[in-house]
Amino acid sequence: MDRKVDVAVIGGGPAGLAAALKAHEAGARQVLVMERDSYPGGILQQCIHNGFGLHYFGEELTGPEYAQRFVDQVEHTDGIEVMLDTMVLSVSPDRVVTAVGKAGLITVQAGAVVLAMGCRERTRGALGIAGTRPAGVYTAGCAQRLVNMEGMMPGRRVVVLGSGDIGLIMARRMVWEGAKVEMVCELMPYSSGLNRNIVQCLEDNGIPLYFNTTVVEIHGQERVEGVTVAEVDPATRAPKMETARFVPCDTLLLSVGLIPENELTKGTGADMDPVTSGAVVDAARQTTAEGIFACGNVLHVHDLVDNVSREAAIAGENAAKYALGKLNKAETVRVMAQGGVRYVVPQRLVKGEGKAELYFRVGAAFKPARLTISCAERVLVSKKKLVMTPGEMEKAEIDLSQVDGDVTVRVEEG
Amino acid sequence: MKKEFVCIACPVGCRLTVWDEGGEVKVAGNTCPRGKAYGVQEFTAPMRTVTSSAPVKHGDQAMCSVKTDAPVPKDKVPDVLRAIRMIQIKAPVKVGECVLRDVAGTGANVVATRRVRDKKR
Ligand SMILES: Cc1cc2nc3c(=O)[nH]c(=O)nc-3n(C[C@H](O)[C@H](O)[C@H](O)COP(=O)(O)OP(=O)(O)OC[C@H]3O[C@@H](n4cnc5c(N)ncnc54)[C@H](O)[C@@H]3O)c2cc1C
Ligand code: SF4
Repeated sequence: MDRKVDVAVIGGGPAGLAAALKAHEAGARQVLVMERDSYPGGILQQCIHNGFGLHYFGEELTGPEYAQRFVDQVEHTDGIEVMLDTMVLSVSPDRVVTAVGKAGLITVQAGAVVLAMGCRERTRGALGIAGTRPAGVYTAGCAQRLVNMEGMMPGRRVVVLGSGDIGLIMARRMVWEGAKVEMVCELMPYSSGLNRNIVQCLEDNGIPLYFNTTVVEIHGQERVEGVTVAEVDPATRAPKMETARFVPCDTLLLSVGLIPENELTKGTGADMDPVTSGAVVDAARQTTAEGIFACGNVLHVHDLVDNVSREAAIAGENAAKYALGKLNKAETVRVMAQGGVRYVVPQRLVKGEGKAELYFRVGAAFKPARLTISCAERVLVSKKKLVMTPGEMEKAEIDLSQVDGDVTVRVEEG
Repeated sequence: MKKEFVCIACPVGCRLTVWDEGGEVKVAGNTCPRGKAYGVQEFTAPMRTVTSSAPVKHGDQAMCSVKTDAPVPKDKVPDVLRAIRMIQIKAPVKVGECVLRDVAGTGANVVATRRVRDKKR
């Protein structure tokens, strides 16, 4: 063993940095953050648009500014060390972290581990679009990094597939850097992106958005020469080939979803949630692998980094407690998604005192929506909301003293 | 002339109709006062904050992200972007440091949104 630390944090994005700060504040003396990139800050470094931090800092910041606030704090905290250019290869169930960095292979025995590896983008392979394999097909996030951080333009004439926020933001970015964006295609009948982005990214720049539409084929030998787009049947999502048309372009940007980066998590033996693709955690954000915690996009995909920071603080605080022997093992009950609810985090709760916040997402839009949280016959929360959409994470607080068995979270029309 | 907007102040996305009635701007379709304020602003003087990035000389990064420190009129956005493309930033830069004053005559300054240090490090 090369060294021992109280808390090891894997990933130096907003989740990892916030977790490290809170772990230190909660009494962990030696906190080690391991980050494979040459700079801390994670994906926020490339998200140069604004709209971050309204909830957490009460002001509107760009991604890099939001990240820098945490970087500054970490740099001013003696007990936290950030190891850059360090790729973590494995985390064992007994919390031995193996990584490769500037100094070669290292192993660290951690009192507790916080997993904060973020997520990666789904790629074309995961989608299976037909056609050739020319250059010019990028994930939107990859293009974002190229344009915003490397100063390179991936192309001049662009089609964007997917109308989530990253796709919308990149459509505007490409126009602002002088490219022509022909269209944004969305498979679903709605966008999961914010209205604000539809207005300010697409409408402001005259970019058309086509719903129930997808890319069925990519053309070109060396370089993309165009794509075939077609409408899909709203019920089956199958392309209607009679609507197919050729759209000339040299670049296709894919913004088709994010997947938590959980290869390391699986190696710890922690139970996984098939819906979130992240680990199963309790309210302390502890996985079923003891002493191993998770937060941020590696746990479930967040749309607001503000929520990432809050979740990371919970994980960091409890990781410190565990490392100091102050987090006792306790029996848990399950939290179950019902009706329109797709998933709930945390998936487990420890009975007892205090409050717990439940974060959840619906699988389809509800206008208006009725939320009911219950434990057996007892209703813990019942409230109405004007609208709930799949793109927006919802939150509700419950009183743990009311919990003596499994909890269900349910959303219905009404 | 009546104009239609989607309110962006919250996820509900109310469809607003905004028009001028004898010098007074009227808004319909909003569910709450924030929608009215948004409608009036978009109708009379739409404003946008511009974010972009600019090349850095001698930095440990190729590019430095920047923004306007105040929203600028929407129709000035292309001029602002053009001016930002001409900026040459010299490392080191701190977050919030001004890299271009009064961009395109808007009164707003362009400021750095990330830290870039000297190359040698
Ligand atoms: C392309 C893209 C654009 C986004 N745009 C927005 C946006 O506009 N607004 C918004 O609110 N949210 C956006 N998000 C979501 C955003 O990721 C989260 O808000 C936030 O950055 C998540 O923080 P995180 O720390 O969990 O993950 P990340 O920021 O992804 O950080 C994870 C870090 O872990 C490191 N890492 C991973 N594996 C290892 C390993 N094995 N060893 C060492 N280090 C490792 C990574 O290098 C990275 O630095 C975007 C996400 C993506 C992918
Ligand atoms: S008018 Fe009010 S309720 Fe409607 S979208 Fe705007 S802020 Fe939301």
